[in-house]
Amino acid sequence: MKSKLSAENLSISFGTKQVLKQINVSFQENEITALIGPSGCGKSTLLRSFNRMHDLSPDAKIEGAIKLEDLDLYSKAVPVTEIRKRIGMVFQKANPFPKSIYDNIAYGLRINNLPHDKSVIEKALREAFLWEEVKNDLKMPATRLSGGQQQRLCIARAVALRPEVILMDEPCSALDPVSTLKIEELISHLKTNYTIVIVTHNMQQAQRIADKTVFMYLGEVKEEGPTQQIFQNPHHEMTANYINGQFG
Amino acid sequence: MQFKSRALSSVIEWGSLLLSTGLVCFFLVVVIWEIASKGASVLSWEFLFAVPSEGMTQGGILTPIIGTVVLTLITALFAIPFGVCCAIYLHEYAEDNWLTRTIRASIRNLSGVPSIIYGLFGLALFVQAMEFGTSLLAAGLTLGLLSLPYIITTTEEALMRIPNSTREAALAVGATKFETIKDVVIPSAMSGILTGVVLTLSRAAGETAPILFTGAAFYINGSTGYINQEFMALPYHLYMLSTQHQSIDEVRPIAYGTALVLVIVVFLLNLTAFYIRYKYRKNEV
Repeated sequence: MKSKLSAENLSISFGTKQVLKQINVSFQENEITALIGPSGCGKSTLLRSFNRMHDLSPDAKIEGAIKLEDLDLYSKAVPVTEIRKRIGMVFQKANPFPKSIYDNIAYGLRINNLPHDKSVIEKALREAFLWEEVKNDLKMPATRLSGGQQQRLCIARAVALRPEVILMDEPCSALDPVSTLKIEELISHLKTNYTIVIVTHNMQQAQRIADKTVFMYLGEVKEEGPTQQIFQNPHHEMTANYINGQFG
Repeated sequence: MQFKSRALSSVIEWGSLLLSTGLVCFFLVVVIWEIASKGASVLSWEFLFAVPSEGMTQGGILTPIIGTVVLTLITALFAIPFGVCCAIYLHEYAEDNWLTRTIRASIRNLSGVPSIIYGLFGLALFVQAMEFGTSLLAAGLTLGLLSLPYIITTTEEALMRIPNSTREAALAVGATKFETIKDVVIPSAMSGILTGVVLTLSRAAGETAPILFTGAAFYINGSTGYINQEFMALPYHLYMLSTQHQSIDEVRPIAYGTALVLVIVVFLLNLTAFYIRYKYRKNEV
């Protein structure tokens, strides 16, 4: 199968602190891959390197290569805004813009010079399972939505740009179980069109939605494979200990 | 025994806090009552819209009102764009190194410099070196300089309150840094920025020392509001009526009226700031 997104010999350090060491990992098209591992193992750092969020940290040093199919994401020739259009991101805490629900979706489309008429907005909201709940309040400030709705709005905002990959950084960690299930259902649904990489601390969640799971520890990929195998028959003792809750 | 002494000390603590609060409120009420009761009798539409006459023993305070309004406008036009842009640059673009830290510390120190120093500086720079003469323009720019550190500091604090996740949200949909700041960061910080601006301007409108040497006049007969001419301003008018006028007793009611108007103007500006904050808060998380 063709790999959509991959990291080759990727090392990242901030100042003198090395966070990722020689990571080699690849993600397949139309699959959900879960990144798991104890806090501080570098999952989020890895995730954020795919849409170049580390550009904001002046002391970040990045070696190795990250590729979207054959495109080198860190080559100078590629504008970072183009990369972020093709690789969307959903954050840990829902962060809607201080704008109306409608403008939250329209904003990304507008700055990327994409069509942003009402049908496009509606399609994105429908895809995020939010349309029915907000169709009469599109002019309402997005911050008045509940936490779960806000997070689905953020997913709709990412989806609206028709990215190829969606990165999700613990998207359910601030939500109640009902909202979490709704979002998990949504994520499972989205994989028919998108490649999804999700960081999660929730082992059940990884098992429920991920096709593949990557276990990281202290900045290295310790084990990766189909989710079933990782959870039922891990090769490494460390993986087994982690998923059984013996550390982390 | 020990229980009793602890109970006693807590009563003393509570009592002294209450006493301090009461004392502060007492003086505040006395000051406002003094001004309001003595100023209310002269306050009328006529007082606001008539020019001073008969050596300022008669008439109203239209001339100083116009002066203060135009003066504050000049201050705003000068200080708001420069101050806000400077704060945006310092907080969003400039690297955090010793140079920017020094600049930031200097700006904070500048806001503690006595306003009379700004007056002297404005006299040297605007009135003499740049040859604006003693005028509304020179005084407005001087007040602008005085306001800059406050506007920069309050704007930076407003920007600081915007979490990085908000910036990342815009960047993640492909916005450039400038678009992120223009479309997301500034609108989120708007209530804080506007509050700082209004409070700063209300402070500037009440300043006397900086306009003393740079353009405020004792008395102006006839039309006013030209930026290249001297002007009358409410705070200076009050100072002059209370201490410099040849028949102080005769003009005392007008002085109280002026003081009341000044207090009301500052109060209204503060109320505006309060309203802005309230209005934007409703749309925040």
